Amino acid sequence: MMHLQKSEVLLIVAALVLGLSSFISPDWLVFTSTLAIAAALVVMGVVMLMRAGLISFGQGLFYCMGGYAVGLGGRFLDVTDALALIGLGVLATVALAMVLGLLLTRYREIFFAMLTLAFSMILYGILVKSHGLGSTDGFGVVDWSILGYQPAQGHESSTALWLAIVLALAAALFLNRYFQSSLGLACEAIRENEVRVEYMGISRRQVLYINYVIAAALGSIGGSLTALTAGHVDPTMAYWTISGEFVFIALLGGTGHVAAPFIAAFIFILVRTYAVELFPNSWQLILGVVLLLIILFLPKGIWSLFTRKRRAEA
Amino acid sequence: MGHSLQPKSWQRTLLGTATSLAIASGGILGFAGSASAQEDTFKVGLVTFLSGGASGPFGVPAAQAAETVIKAINEGTLPAPYNTKGINGLQLESVVIDEAGGPTKQVEEYRNLVQRQNVDAVIGYISSGDCLAVSPVAEELKTFTIAFDCGTPRLFPELESPKYFFRTGLDATADNVGAAHYLKETRPDITRVAGIQQNYAWGQDSWNDFQLSMKQLMPGAEFVDNQTPQIFQGSYGTEISALQTNRPEIIHSSMWGGDMEAFVAQANVRGLLDQATALLTTGESGFNRFKGQAPDGTILGGRGPFGAFMPDNDLSEWFSKAYEAQHGVPPSYPSSKMAQALLALKYAADNSGAEGKPSDEQLASTLKSATFESVSGTVRMALADGHQALQPMYYGEYYYSSETGPELRNIRSYSGACVSPPDGHDAQEWIKSGFPQADCN
Amino acid sequence: MLTIWAILIDGLIYASWLFLVAAGLTVIYGVMRILNMAHGSLYALGAYASASSIGWYYANGGDQLWIAFALLAGCAIVIGAIAGLIMERGVLRLMYGRDEVLMLIVTFALLLILEDLMKLAWGTTPYFAYQPYAALGRFNFGVLSVSGYQIMVIGVSVVVGAILWFWLERTRTGKILRSIIHDREVSEAMGVNVRRMFTMTFVIGAGLGAIAGGFTAPIISVVPGIGVEVIVVAFAVVVTGGLGSITGAAIGALIVGLARAASIHTMPQLELFIIYAVMASVLIFRPNGLFGQATARKI
Repeated sequence: MMHLQKSEVLLIVAALVLGLSSFISPDWLVFTSTLAIAAALVVMGVVMLMRAGLISFGQGLFYCMGGYAVGLGGRFLDVTDALALIGLGVLATVALAMVLGLLLTRYREIFFAMLTLAFSMILYGILVKSHGLGSTDGFGVVDWSILGYQPAQGHESSTALWLAIVLALAAALFLNRYFQSSLGLACEAIRENEVRVEYMGISRRQVLYINYVIAAALGSIGGSLTALTAGHVDPTMAYWTISGEFVFIALLGGTGHVAAPFIAAFIFILVRTYAVELFPNSWQLILGVVLLLIILFLPKGIWSLFTRKRRAEA
Repeated sequence: MGHSLQPKSWQRTLLGTATSLAIASGGILGFAGSASAQEDTFKVGLVTFLSGGASGPFGVPAAQAAETVIKAINEGTLPAPYNTKGINGLQLESVVIDEAGGPTKQVEEYRNLVQRQNVDAVIGYISSGDCLAVSPVAEELKTFTIAFDCGTPRLFPELESPKYFFRTGLDATADNVGAAHYLKETRPDITRVAGIQQNYAWGQDSWNDFQLSMKQLMPGAEFVDNQTPQIFQGSYGTEISALQTNRPEIIHSSMWGGDMEAFVAQANVRGLLDQATALLTTGESGFNRFKGQAPDGTILGGRGPFGAFMPDNDLSEWFSKAYEAQHGVPPSYPSSKMAQALLALKYAADNSGAEGKPSDEQLASTLKSATFESVSGTVRMALADGHQALQPMYYGEYYYSSETGPELRNIRSYSGACVSPPDGHDAQEWIKSGFPQADCN
Repeated sequence: MLTIWAILIDGLIYASWLFLVAAGLTVIYGVMRILNMAHGSLYALGAYASASSIGWYYANGGDQLWIAFALLAGCAIVIGAIAGLIMERGVLRLMYGRDEVLMLIVTFALLLILEDLMKLAWGTTPYFAYQPYAALGRFNFGVLSVSGYQIMVIGVSVVVGAILWFWLERTRTGKILRSIIHDREVSEAMGVNVRRMFTMTFVIGAGLGAIAGGFTAPIISVVPGIGVEVIVVAFAVVVTGGLGSITGAAIGALIVGLARAASIHTMPQLELFIIYAVMASVLIFRPNGLFGQATARKI
């Protein structure tokens, strides 16, 4: 049996605490937490790419595909099982990512960013033109169940939260190991100096390819969860500002640890919702200032709060 | 050295967990804080665009109208039948939220409004996507909600047996059926028709409905072109050339706000509007802003009897005066529509028969199928099983002189039963089958 | 035949506008390696400055066209340069040496802040400054017509491009800037005051963005959010042409402009995709854009 690392034990504990707290937290918080976890899943994909030195401004492509897989699967294929719908999204997304990956792994820096953005915007354009799918208005997601369990009225939110927690925990545990694996470490090496990586006999394109496809799958799961929770999908999910938001959250958290995206997503969503409520006319200003302060004082993201002392020691 | 100062990974994770819990409990505290809202006020959440391109022409005028009307409601200075203080005796308190950010975010904000801020009712939503996403949530949370502006005909067909969700305006079908009727009456001889619509659901739906209606009402007309520039594009030089090469006589456009005004100004300078007449389904919002930029004879609609199309009655007279006194310009149609939604809320509360604060059920059952007085005349909630307003549609021609200012001439109105499909009919099928049961006299 | 002429003219008009918008972006990136997301906000700032100054001038009985144009260009340049100076000295300066991507997010934060500041300053009501646009009238070619103002924008664009080219290629400052573009560390070692050059470049780039907005203002209605709409288009043009190259920006603008005009006249349904399709297909064959130079990899 595999040994659990301490941070994995604590991830599991944190997940359980969060899940159990859903019994006492108000409904809006449960709902917001689910959306934050869904966003964090997408952000994990962005972080994976970032560790390899690539910034994607088009992760909304996979986020949107995951969302539309849930919407379309329920509407046209009569699939109502949440896990099957999420699986459907992952399948479609991985298939697309495997094609796009062949092209995109040749690109770096801003060219990678702009190409991913272009593909995401092309999907946006197609969906806007799809009159049958409601164009920009999107459409509603059917009522769903999990493995035959149909959440009773009033329990949809907490069911969705538990589902999100389980999936996010699985993803976090996997990524924790992945970051320590030779593949994950090779990504970091590519960021530092990819020519040397090549000299060491590692195919950088293969490494980046696998990395890209996994990141796409995570984006799709995040999109599916958002669709299941919010009950509505629309093309905005593929618009570039949404992808920009994910990059924003990723930088907020930093790439130090798998837990960072979750904390960052929570903080981002809570700051935004309170800013919208308290300063309806200038919430973007608040968001921008918060972001600048974080970049100025915590250049490695919020996670560096937890590691700063240690680094000072070393 | 300093082993004790070095946080182990589990300590760090613990710290992380503690942070998240602190955030979560902060949220709960906020919840508990606002839960102690006062008993003698009625809290309404207002959701409208405060940023982005829809804020200037729609969102902010609507928010300003809400400010004017809520103040008057609380002071009891509205004309009869609304001349009592507050709503059902309660002072009206409002929370304004920005509608920007897309449907998913609006679902989140709606839940925050209802569950964290404990609003008693919500009025809002200009974007159709937001209406479609929020309406099922309103039903789930059993919260009395009025959509004041969004125009999608899909709203009620997709919302099975609504109970708490209402719309106090017309949908986009009525705009375009009305537009076709107006052309048939005033310009029966035209043959070449073109369109320019913003490239999103609103523009596509509008053009579809208009085309279908024209095929029924003026089968001789030919559609020579339809341009679909992106929303907020601002500059329409290329589209105008493309329209010119097709030589239309009428240019139908559902563009709104700054886009619509910019298109009119550019098309006017380029001479396109000498060759063709523009028919602007939301043109009324530019009524006080066009000045000489729109040529005389341009056909304007106001999405119903709103803004400059408001009929003369005590309420509309009061509203125009109060709004202009407070905000410096006459109200445009989004302002009137917001005022109408607030009057619907006051009507529902005053007539609910409740002691003190009316419940969501009492509000909903009072407004359902009700008939109430508004700035747009008498409103009947006659569509969608009593959840949507049935109102007449107005079109008129714009004329401007620098001495007397803008005016509307040749105004025609079409009864609600003429331009809106009866319950149970899909809008497009209804048009295609020749408007069954329509009453146009 | 009519359509072909229309495509050429419309494509040229749109391309000249694209070039104006993209020029500042590419100058800043070339020298500073900062992809300035706030460029769109500078554009919006210029548009607001010019729209409100022209509006004020005509409201106070002004009727001299040349004064209106002087106000338009002057106000836009001044406000753009001031905003650029504040942004560079106040924020970006603290961040030099950080990751290129982090700088992108810094400018994104600036974009958010500027969007709301502009809303606080100018409100949300659309601003209209149509007088210069209307005053220059139109030229008719059969059923087609071209607005005189847009012909003038082509001229402005050519002049701006020529000045930029002369400045970079034929002046001493330009030579120094090119040395920074080529190798920043070595030029610093040769005694170039890179920081001062950065400030100058950013201020000029910001001014260019504001000029683009200033000259666009009479055509459009100036509303909140116009900056966000142009930023992706400008990025696409710059990436297509090759980052940091003025010639590249010009050619990129021409290709995108003509492609868009062709699509609007023949297949209006494709308009939404066309810019991205052009960018993606150029990048597939020329991974660094048309005039971009592949940088040597460190080993």
